[in-house]
Amino acid sequence: MLDDLAIRLRQNIGFVTTILLFCGFYLLYNLAHPRGFTSAVLVQNGDEVFALAMLAMAQTVPVLMSGLDLSVGAVMTMVGCFASHLLAGTAGGTPLHLEIFGLHLGLGTFPGGTYGILLGMVVCVAIGTLAGFINGCVVVYGRIQPIIATLATGAVYIGIALFLRPTPGGKIHEDLNWALTNSLADFAATVHIFDDGAAGWFAPFAWIPVPFVLLILIALLVWVPFRRSVVGRAVYAVGSAEGAAYMSGLPIERAKIAAFTLGGFFAGCGGLFLAIQTSSGNADIPQAGAYTLNSIASVVIGGTSLLGGTGSAIGSIFGAMILRVISFFFRIFDIAPLLQPLFEGLILLAAVSIGALGMLRVKNTLELFR
Amino acid sequence: MTTMSLGLSRDDRPILIAALFILVILVVGTAYTIARFGSAPLLQPTYLLQQLQIGAFLGIVAAGMMIVILIAQIDLSVPWTLAAAAMMATSIGGPLAIPIGLGIGLLVGLVNGIGVAYLRVPSMIFTLGVNAVMRGLMVAHTGGYAPQTTATGLMRTLASERTLGIPNALFVWAAVSALVVVILQRMPLGRYIYAIGNKEAAAYLAGVDTRRVTVICFVLCGLAAALAGVLLAGYSTKAYQAMGDAYLLPSIAAVVIGGTNILGGRGRYLGTLVGVVLIVLLNSVLSIMDMPEAGRQVIYGLVIILMLLVYGRGERVTN
Repeated sequence: MLDDLAIRLRQNIGFVTTILLFCGFYLLYNLAHPRGFTSAVLVQNGDEVFALAMLAMAQTVPVLMSGLDLSVGAVMTMVGCFASHLLAGTAGGTPLHLEIFGLHLGLGTFPGGTYGILLGMVVCVAIGTLAGFINGCVVVYGRIQPIIATLATGAVYIGIALFLRPTPGGKIHEDLNWALTNSLADFAATVHIFDDGAAGWFAPFAWIPVPFVLLILIALLVWVPFRRSVVGRAVYAVGSAEGAAYMSGLPIERAKIAAFTLGGFFAGCGGLFLAIQTSSGNADIPQAGAYTLNSIASVVIGGTSLLGGTGSAIGSIFGAMILRVISFFFRIFDIAPLLQPLFEGLILLAAVSIGALGMLRVKNTLELFR
Repeated sequence: MTTMSLGLSRDDRPILIAALFILVILVVGTAYTIARFGSAPLLQPTYLLQQLQIGAFLGIVAAGMMIVILIAQIDLSVPWTLAAAAMMATSIGGPLAIPIGLGIGLLVGLVNGIGVAYLRVPSMIFTLGVNAVMRGLMVAHTGGYAPQTTATGLMRTLASERTLGIPNALFVWAAVSALVVVILQRMPLGRYIYAIGNKEAAAYLAGVDTRRVTVICFVLCGLAAALAGVLLAGYSTKAYQAMGDAYLLPSIAAVVIGGTNILGGRGRYLGTLVGVVLIVLLNSVLSIMDMPEAGRQVIYGLVIILMLLVYGRGERVTN
């Protein structure tokens, strides 16, 4: 029994280190924060981490099959721009129209009210999923390397985002923003459930921030079933050895398309939340790039190998949280904001270099070349 | 060597197709300008030379990027290597400006190379970290504002003046190109680079010091980025924040459009040249057409996919 635990620990050493590192950092942060260990701080942190955590999950799936998705930031931005058009929630609905090459096309009215908002959210996530599916098709049927294929599709998605939002703007319904970016108590009060959040049994959970609940729900209801499915295991197999996976009769092509589609789904969720959180859509190209790069960093810090085959999206969530906590420290410890990028870079380099020190113990040089 | 139906080797086909696509861009662009303005600026040598002058900076970056891609790595630290070289060159000034700028590139390349070759950190993540560190250093150095220092006379001469009617930047680009061709085609280093890109373990067993070659490749890429930064600062008379951001993805795209395999080991420098010209001309045609940024991004992405669908398709894994 104890041996079994030890083996499991050794197999998941990267994952365990990540969680311990995060717990240490976060404890330190709360101790140093004047209002540490309160729901308000937790809510703020949850809002700030959600989009990056989603993108980190989105990046993990293609990385597991030794691909890379450089379009996650672009998909997030594009979905955010769609959301800023569809989620205004005006009672009479939102008229949709398209201006292209001087032509004015009316596309009817998108429903408003509660059902309109729910429908809008579904449409937004569906758009993200579709973008991921297109990535997968270009990679599988176009037989183009993932890194360069997603570089190109990312440009297309950013183009669409710019087309939708040439300048930042749009509107998200206030109640939606309030319900999703605060604690469960506020959520219950806004959507009028559990006696507006006043029910007695509800009190012990009322402080939990909604973003964390969403994060856990998405991880449990989407990632865990995927990982246990045949396609999910095929993703891992393709990452370890594509040839062997093919010879074993695994559905390689389906696994690749599924990996990118799931990535698109996660990125879509991230974009939807970011739009709701900021109450606007913004086709910000540097921001999209920064999110993409941070998602790669989160994946690596979370213990997933860029070579594929080992790791998990849960680890990447913690990787994203570590990245964010590090930037929280700058606010607490009064470090000059100008030094922030320098420290972020140094910490990233230190993290990956320490992880690489094991290389120095390798006796057979040939093992280095994988 | 069996040849393709047109009598072309596998490496030449992408170059020819990309060159044909350049012609298509020129024809479409010219048809558009004649229909709209009644003139054909795209066919005037002065206009083309001016576009190529701007393209020289991208071309130099792409030359370095190609060497790194050939050994199956990538250098994402190019944007801030370029900016750091430009900023340090302008703030030092005087005769030392250019050597200092290039020194920055050499140093960054050395750090990248050591991290990738000896620590075996995937280049994708290590160069990303180095890029963040360089950005942090430069933000701390400049205080986040546009630096007030200006480029030296020599930098301006090299980047924006002309000799015999030809922009000097083109001569620099040509010199860099000649150097890269000599390295890849005429020197043992070039053989090693292709060998490592094909299979590093095999190259190692054949007696190549693959780690040293990897470091050299990253140093060359850093130097190229730094040179581009120094020239770009000379061209715009000063350095500015994020000046290199617009060069990372286009340089990778130019290399790949030119037929270099993103997995390394295959590709010719002529292809990279053609890829750079293609991207520069595509950009200038789109700006003549007054295409909004949204349309540019979409077309840019579609062109990359289209070109790769024609000749960049990988092989199906069957064993």
